[in-house]
This record gives sequence, C-alpha cells and structure tokens, in this order.
Amino acid sequence: MATVTVPETARGLLRRPTATTGAWSWLTTVDHKKIGIMYGVAAFVFFIVGGLEALLIRTQLYRPDGTLLNADQYNQVFTMHGITMIFLFVMPMSSALFNYLIPLMIGARDVAFPRLNAYSFWVFALGGLFLYSSPFLGGAPNGGWFGYAPNSTTDPSIGMTFYALGLIITGIASTAGAVNLAVTVVNMRAPGMSLFRMPPFVWMGLVVQFLLVFSLPIITVALFQLLFDRRWDTAFFDPTRGGDPILWQHLFWLFGHPEVYILILPAFGIFSEVLPVFSRKPLFGYRFLVIATILIGAYSFTVWAHHMFTTGAVALPFFSIATFIIAVPTGIKFFNWIGTMWGGRLIFPTPMLWAVGFLYLFLTGGLTGVILGSPPLDFHLHDTYYVVAHFHGVLVGGSVFALFAAIYFWFPKMTGRRLSEALGKLHFWSWLIGFTLTFFVQYQLGADGMMRRYADYPSEAGWTTLNMISTAGAFLLAFGTLPFLAAVVLALRRPADQPADPWEANSLEWATASPPPHHNFDSIPPIRSERPVFDARMAGTEVPGT
Amino acid sequence: MLWTLGSIAGGLLLAACAPNATQDTLQPVGDVAKQQKALFVPVFWVAVAVFVIVQGGILYIAIRYRHRKGRDRMPKQTHGNTRLEIGWTIAPAVVLAVVTVPTVALIWDLARPAGEGALNITVEGYQWWWGFSYPDDDMVTDWDSPITIADTMVVPTGRQISLALESKGGGAQDANQDPDFQVIHSFWVPQLFGKQDVVPGRTNHIVFSVDEPGTYTGQCAEFCGLQHGRMKLEVRALEPADWEAWVENQKTLAPSPTDPLAQQGEELFLNPLSDGRGACIQCHAVGDQGATAAPNLSHFADPEHTCFAGCNWRTEDREALAAWLADPDAVKLGAKMPDYQLTDEEIDALVAYLYSLT
Repeated sequence: MATVTVPETARGLLRRPTATTGAWSWLTTVDHKKIGIMYGVAAFVFFIVGGLEALLIRTQLYRPDGTLLNADQYNQVFTMHGITMIFLFVMPMSSALFNYLIPLMIGARDVAFPRLNAYSFWVFALGGLFLYSSPFLGGAPNGGWFGYAPNSTTDPSIGMTFYALGLIITGIASTAGAVNLAVTVVNMRAPGMSLFRMPPFVWMGLVVQFLLVFSLPIITVALFQLLFDRRWDTAFFDPTRGGDPILWQHLFWLFGHPEVYILILPAFGIFSEVLPVFSRKPLFGYRFLVIATILIGAYSFTVWAHHMFTTGAVALPFFSIATFIIAVPTGIKFFNWIGTMWGGRLIFPTPMLWAVGFLYLFLTGGLTGVILGSPPLDFHLHDTYYVVAHFHGVLVGGSVFALFAAIYFWFPKMTGRRLSEALGKLHFWSWLIGFTLTFFVQYQLGADGMMRRYADYPSEAGWTTLNMISTAGAFLLAFGTLPFLAAVVLALRRPADQPADPWEANSLEWATASPPPHHNFDSIPPIRSERPVFDARMAGTEVPGT
Repeated sequence: MLWTLGSIAGGLLLAACAPNATQDTLQPVGDVAKQQKALFVPVFWVAVAVFVIVQGGILYIAIRYRHRKGRDRMPKQTHGNTRLEIGWTIAPAVVLAVVTVPTVALIWDLARPAGEGALNITVEGYQWWWGFSYPDDDMVTDWDSPITIADTMVVPTGRQISLALESKGGGAQDANQDPDFQVIHSFWVPQLFGKQDVVPGRTNHIVFSVDEPGTYTGQCAEFCGLQHGRMKLEVRALEPADWEAWVENQKTLAPSPTDPLAQQGEELFLNPLSDGRGACIQCHAVGDQGATAAPNLSHFADPEHTCFAGCNWRTEDREALAAWLADPDAVKLGAKMPDYQLTDEEIDALVAYLYSLT
C-alpha cells in the first residue's frame, strides 16, 4: 500500500491536537474523557465555593440578629449559592458524567462532535468565571436564583446584569453539549445496542438532553428580556408601561420545571446503574422505568405554574392535579428500585450506601413535594423554609447523593484507583446525619412561619433553637466532605491497580481497561441485553480489557 | 439504618412540641387558617403513612437480602412483573386522587368573594413596609380621605374582612436615594390566612375573619429587594366596641400639641428643614397635609400603632425612634427615608411631636 501524504492545508481549518500528556494536552484536548474530567473538576471547585456560601448563610442565621453579613451581602450570597449549585455544579457535574460515560456505555470512540464538546466545556468555564467576576466588578447577582422581575429589573446594582449574561453564556454551553450528546446516543451506538439495550443511565441522559434543547430557549428569551429591561429601558416586565411581571415567572418556570428533571434524571440514571450492580440483579422493570422517564420528561412542561400558586394568575385546580399526576411516574421509578433490591444479594460498598441514603432522602423530598402541590397548603408553605427543606431534599438527597455515588462508583474506571472504603463510609454517614440535621428542622421552621431569604430574624420569633440545629448540621456536611477530599488525594498518590471491572458490573464501560485507553475499546463484547458485561461474565467468556 | 427510624421519631417529636412561635401556621385563629390546617393535618398523616410503609420496606429489604458470608448464591434474575408494576402505578394514583378531592374543594372555597357587610381594606406593599387604607364609605376621615395607617393593620373580630392587595412605589427620589420601586411582595399572616402575592399591575384578594382579639404577626413572603427580611407587620384584632372607638379616633385629627418641644417638632415636621435638607411632609402625611410615598403618621402614637419603620421597632421605644430619625440607613440598610442630618435638638422635638399624635 502506497503511503499518501496529506498536505497540511487539507486537514481542515484547525490542526488536530496531538499532545497526550501534560497541561497542554488538557487545554487542547477534544477527548471526551479528558473533557469529562475537566467538567467534573471545575464543577467540584464550584461546589466547594457554593458550599462555603451555604456556610455563610447558615452562620449568619445561627443566632437571631446575625451580624456576619449585612442584608446587601446576604442577598448576594444566597443568590450566588443557588446559581452556583444549580448552574455551575449539578448541571456541569452531570455533563461531566454524561461526557465521560455515554460514549463508553454505548461502545463509541468519542462523542459525535468532539470539537464542539471542547467548545461546550470552555464556554461553560467562561460563564462560571464571568459570574464570579461580578463581586469584583460592582456586585454579585442579588435577586435570588429565579430573579423575579420587576425586582430584578429595577435593582440599582449591576448584579442582575451579570446574572442575565452569565446564564445566557452557560446556556450556550448546555445547548451545544445537549445537541452533541443527543446526536451521539442516536447515531453512535455499537452494533447490537438497540435503544432498549441502552444502559438506563444513557436513557436518562438522552431524555435530559432533549429537555435541555427544548427548555433552554425559553429561559434564554426571558434572560434577554431581563437584560433589555435593565440595560435599554424596555418594558417587558413593567406594568406601568404595558408589561407584566408575571410573564417572567411563566417563562422562568416553564424552563424551571423541566430544569428540575434536568437536575434529577442524571441521579435516577446513576442509581439505576448502581442498585442493580450491588443487588446482583437486573434493573426491575427496565422498560417501565424508561417509559416513565420519557413521560416525566414530556409532562414536566405542563406543571410549571405550581411554582406560582400564590400569584393569583394561574388556574389552581389544573396545575394542582397536573402536579399530583407527575408524582405517579416518579413513584413508579421508586418501586422499580425497591423491586431491584428485592430478592437480591445486597452488598454495601460506598456507592450502594449513597444509593440507599438517596432512597430515604428522596422519599421525604418527594412526599413533602406532594403536600406543596395542594394550593391551599402551598399558600402557607410557599417561600418558607419548608420549601427550602423540600428542594434540598430532592436536590441534595437526590442529585448530590447521586453525584457522590457516581464518583465512588466510576473513580476506579476513570483513574484506575479505588477510593478508600473507610473514608467513603465516614463521608456518607456524616452527610446522611448532617443532611437530616440541617434540613429536617427546616420543615418545622417553615410551618413556624420563617420565610426564606431573610438576612436576620428577631429572637422573639421562636426560631432560634431550630436554626442552631440546622447550622450545626451544615457544618457536619462541610467537615464530612473532608474525608472525601482526603480519599481522592490518597488514591491519586498510589499507582493505578484497578482491573477493568472491579465491581462485577454490567455495562460496556467495564469492558475496557481502567483508565480506558485514548481510543476507548480494543474490541467490544456482543450486546444482547442492557447488561453486555454481565452476559459475557455469565457466559464465561473473557471480557475484553480485563 | 437505625438512624433513619430515630430521625423519623425525632421529626415527629419536633412536630408535636412546636416551640413558642408567633407565626405558627398550626395554631390558627381565623377561619381561613383553620380550614387550611384541617386540610394539612390529614394530608400530612397520609404522607407519614406512605413514608413509614415505603421506608420500612426499604429497611426490611436491605436487612433481609443483605449478603452473608458463606452464602454465595446468584439471585434469581427477575426482569420485572407487569402485574406488580401496574399495581404500583395505580396505588399512588389512588392515594393522590384521595388528596385531590378536598384540595380542589378548598381551592373553590377560598376563592369565594366576600359577602355583604365585609370590611374592605386595601393592602399596599412598598419597599419595605406595609400600608393599609380603608376604602369603605363609613371609614372616611374628617378631611375626606380614607383612614390610612402603616405597619399595623387594625381589624375587628368576628367580621368578614376583604383585602385588596396592591404593590405601590415610585415615591421619594432624593438625589441620594434610590426610588421606591413597584415590585412583587407577598402578604401573609400565618395564624390568620395563607399568603397571596402583591403584584404590580394586578389586584389579588384575601377574604378572612379573626376569631380572637390579639396581635398576629406577619412578614413579606416574596423576596422584594434589599430589606425583604425587615418588611413586617402586625395585625391588631379588636373587640367590636374597641374597634368602633379606634375608628372614631382615626377619623379625627390628632389634637395640636401643647408642649413647646412638641410644637417645635410640629413646625419642623410640616415645613422644609433649614439649609435645603428637604421636608418630612414631602413623603409622609399627617391629617390633611402631606404625601403618600411614606407611612401615614396621622396617629403615630395611637396605642394600636404598636410598631414602626417596617414594624421593626416598638413605637413605645423612644430611643429606637430617635436612632431611626438620626440615620435610617444605619439601623435599616438601604431604607428609603433620607438621612437629613438632623441635629439632636431637632430629633428631640420631632420625637415629642410624633408622640403627641395619639
């Protein structure tokens, strides 16, 4: 065969990055695995920052008449906490896992558009840095993470302009990433992997990408309107000139409720991988669970106004009933996970502990959510600490517990090293107890009439004891994170020693070395179910890479 | 896992012995709050029952099917069970349907407009205080405007009350001050009724009644800017006889002060301050003089006006009032009342005047 020399100019506009080690390889990489890890590290840095902001909030509220922060600083801190945790931690951390795992799970070489993938990451990083430049350039966003107009359009500080622009930038990153991953899943599956042989995590990922593609344009429009109202004196949300403040809420929550599932479906996917592996059983009712997920995804666009029961501007019975109905497919999933454990051979390494802890916390978050779905009760509980406890139940107990489960579960795959079980258990139990202390008392605080977003409260209100318990719990969560960081550092100092499949797991990413080579797979086992690696193990064939 | 059970027990214990909270939803004193509690309690117990059953099942399974040493076995690979799955789709749907019926019934109940003879009050949300005016024909003052008060909402017991909620703003625009913006607030007095938002360009309503005379506290419940947490109010519910007396007093001008210091204060209050510092009366009103951008002070020292400046300080606290006048921004960051660099003598005179407005 003759060697063909391709002239430099024929290789496209940009040269293919070739570095494989060193800082330059990370800065120029288009490898989905490296991009995934960069997403994960960046998201975790933002998690630490958002966590420190949470500690500021809890320290301020530890006693009545807190003086750590003034009202202005407090408003900026709780706004940045919300924005950070949702847009700069949970969403990119999900992107990290989708990026790293989806090509491996479907037996692909990379994502469909590797350069676009790198673009997504760097735009996200830019958006995060842009938002965090605001405290140094005139003030951080201060109107709450859902930035209700007209407070957000009239506030004299520059913060909400940063909010609008920053979220538009991260939205670009999310949209590009969503298109990329959806195309990857649809087009790049290995031979034999029909849709209903995809791992549940990939299914959840696919639904999330569609939710992103359909919901992000809505918030982008709203953010541009906000920006125009602030900067160029338009009147989208100004009733004195024909606008309507409720319009912002409709647009925000029409994005915001699908967003809830964008945040939680990755968690459902993670637990749908972890629970079967450590129960040594297939996912119970796999098809049912997938169909329930698709229904939730589509249906999530119909319940937005349950965030707006108290506005007097929405049809209460309709949105209340719609909200109750969407609880049903979520309940189905819950029973599917329990059915997976039933009759299994359960072992409890750290990832499984997080999964069982998730079932407990998500159950409380879900049930308290149903109570909020009843408008006459929401009239009392709306915007109180009850709501704060509810959504932290589903977002911390759901998403964050899942992300920790995922890190413990896939760390061996990503690095070839396993995290310490002892430190992992310490981490888990601190978080389970810390979470319960921090947030369960907040249900009571909400019923006692304590609203969110108060920079201080008087001692006569009778909220002091519960706030003290909550703050103590928050510090337990903070200190409970240290064993995790220690485990990561200790693991990375050791040489890589993990086999391809340390957990005896199910899906394709375990059919290649840990960490996987740059090209992912040398060969792929036959795919005849959603558990190809399990099948190969049972058949006694040697799994490639092991 | 025992921790889980412990935390449930702990949670129930906390729920059982609610602390001495002044804004406790579960100690209702009005008809609306009582109806809402009557819905909350059964729904809460349904949720508790579901929690106990499901969480109990999870714990049982986690213990029963845990791997034990020396008992290596491959569990049966069940992929699903259609009948079971249909069953656990229907079961939560039925529970939710049961919750839906009383929910929808109460939605319609609460939306019913007020009957004949209800007392109308217009609730006005400003940044960051509440104003109340009484638009009914029999609530007109001697100077032909509706009774208007701030920070405390005075109501009679045993009578239906219809609130119209309006967002106000656009007041003082001193060179150093940010204007008062029309933004969304939310009106809530936990022991009396659930919250409704106060939305610019829209009028929402709450219809309720109070059973017992007393003081019920509330706070703004929708984030409304810098001092959202300091936007409080008190509802003063009076027996009908006391209510009549209060109304009569509100309709008449407070007597002109006789004490020289208070007279000096009146002079300061009603006229522009020296050196172009502005005037109190630019924003505040007393009787037939003044404007509506700031709290109406016609009866500042009336015994039912128990708190001032967003209900953050007790009216009887002279030192708090003096501190507020000396530098509003220092005691309530971002307050829209300008700092007029009042001298100690001016403050003494103004305090004396305000306390004469009974």
